[in-house]
Amino acid sequence: MAMNGFSLNAQLKAGLKSSSFQKAILDIVDGWRSRNLWLAMGIQDIRKRYRRSVLGPFWLTISMGVMIAAMGLVWGVIFNQQMDEYLPYLCAGFVLWGFISPLLLEGATAFIVAEGMIKQLNAPLSIYVYGVVWRNFVILLHNVWILFLVQMWYGKLPGWVALTSVPGIALLALNGMWVGLLLGVLSARFRDVPQIVANIIQVMFFVTPIIWKPSMMPDRAIILDVNPFYYALSIVRDPLLGRAPSIEHWLIMIAITICGWACALVAYSVYRWRLAYWV
Amino acid sequence: MASVSLTDVSVSFPIYDASNTSLKKRLLPTLTGGRIGAADTHVPVVQALEDVTLSIEHGDRVGLVGHNGAGKTTLLRVLAGIFEPAQGQVSICGRAVPLFDIGLGMDSEGTGYENIYLRGLFLGMPRKDISERLDDIASFTQLGDFLRLPIRTYSTGMRMRLAFAISTSVEPDILLLDEGIGAGDAAFVEQANQRIQSFADSAGIIVLASHSEALIRRLCSTAVLMERGRVVEVGDVETILEHYRTQATA
Repeated sequence: MAMNGFSLNAQLKAGLKSSSFQKAILDIVDGWRSRNLWLAMGIQDIRKRYRRSVLGPFWLTISMGVMIAAMGLVWGVIFNQQMDEYLPYLCAGFVLWGFISPLLLEGATAFIVAEGMIKQLNAPLSIYVYGVVWRNFVILLHNVWILFLVQMWYGKLPGWVALTSVPGIALLALNGMWVGLLLGVLSARFRDVPQIVANIIQVMFFVTPIIWKPSMMPDRAIILDVNPFYYALSIVRDPLLGRAPSIEHWLIMIAITICGWACALVAYSVYRWRLAYWV
Repeated sequence: MASVSLTDVSVSFPIYDASNTSLKKRLLPTLTGGRIGAADTHVPVVQALEDVTLSIEHGDRVGLVGHNGAGKTTLLRVLAGIFEPAQGQVSICGRAVPLFDIGLGMDSEGTGYENIYLRGLFLGMPRKDISERLDDIASFTQLGDFLRLPIRTYSTGMRMRLAFAISTSVEPDILLLDEGIGAGDAAFVEQANQRIQSFADSAGIIVLASHSEALIRRLCSTAVLMERGRVVEVGDVETILEHYRTQATA
């Protein structure tokens, strides 16, 4: 009996073969082909939460709206901000954070919560990660209306430039995929990872300019330059607020996407086949 | 043509309990120079399948018999492609459909019709196929207008009918069944039996793990006796069941 065939090193050696790499790619491609399944699962997940409530999924919109109104009033006064300027800013940041942070939080538990299905269904494992990204995209579509309402209220609709946020959101979704695959695999094996991710996300909410503006920082601080969430947020938030997105930020996000996918593909091709054993 | 062939397949599960799964255990050894870690790298392992060699051809109906924990379910999961074995070769031609829990994917708040679609998607059916079979499934369940209600309003038997009707409307190349598919009240059983029969006839290969000798006799032409993760004997149903019984009393 090969007792030690399960050390991470032994698995790394077994997994770093071109055949495992092909299987991992195939799993991701097949996952895309099975989109009928995860599209339905995602919608069902959201519906399930709000079944039998009168407003249904619009509770998503309402809770987000209430949160933003409260935070806007408090922080706007504390920071001594012009409301017509600050509230749309806060709103855009908060709505987008509501898209980005679950990609990490739920991505990390994508495989763990799907345990029952993984052991019974011979579908490609990537569907659970697609499902997370899709579900949060649908939630984003519910929440983005709050931003437009606020902007309408202050007569500050962004204009056509807002459309450049669409490729930005697509890029974020692409990042959500690698994050889910990578963190999902790690978390299935090491159950502390979701807790670590949750803590990091909590800190990042305050460190990333969501409730405050980069211009409030005395100098151009390092917490902006090395913060990937800042770039992720700004390529979508800027156009939503009527400014063209910065090319520099876009290039940085593209670089992050490529590096992230490279790491995720290595991890996924090495450990994908172990997932069913770990969950 | 569906076919399955396993060569020297071994499957073992590492048991990572909390102390093994946590990062702390992984990181601390490196911080302390690896001394503590050395004794900790031995992860307890459960050997679920050992050197299993099996070949199943198109048209075979195979029954798996053996005690609890003999490896029947694990073998089915290997055949489904859920577990990729650490050792040995698996080659499977054809689309395998595992039917372990016929209610998997059903949502109790959804209506009967919604659940037909949902469950169908879980079985890997394209939407178009589900729509085509919708009437057939609906009439088989005999649930009538109940299909427009959320299935939480159904009795257990009614739910079972629905799950059963959808699950038996797939046309798999390789059908994998665990413990058979139970179905509702007495009137339904006869009808269900017919449907199982025609469902079974349409599949290229069936592998059924069950403790019910009657079910194995009815659906299977060959049987495989398993014991402690190994295939002990392959042969015709009566011989294997005979040996299983003597093994049980021995």
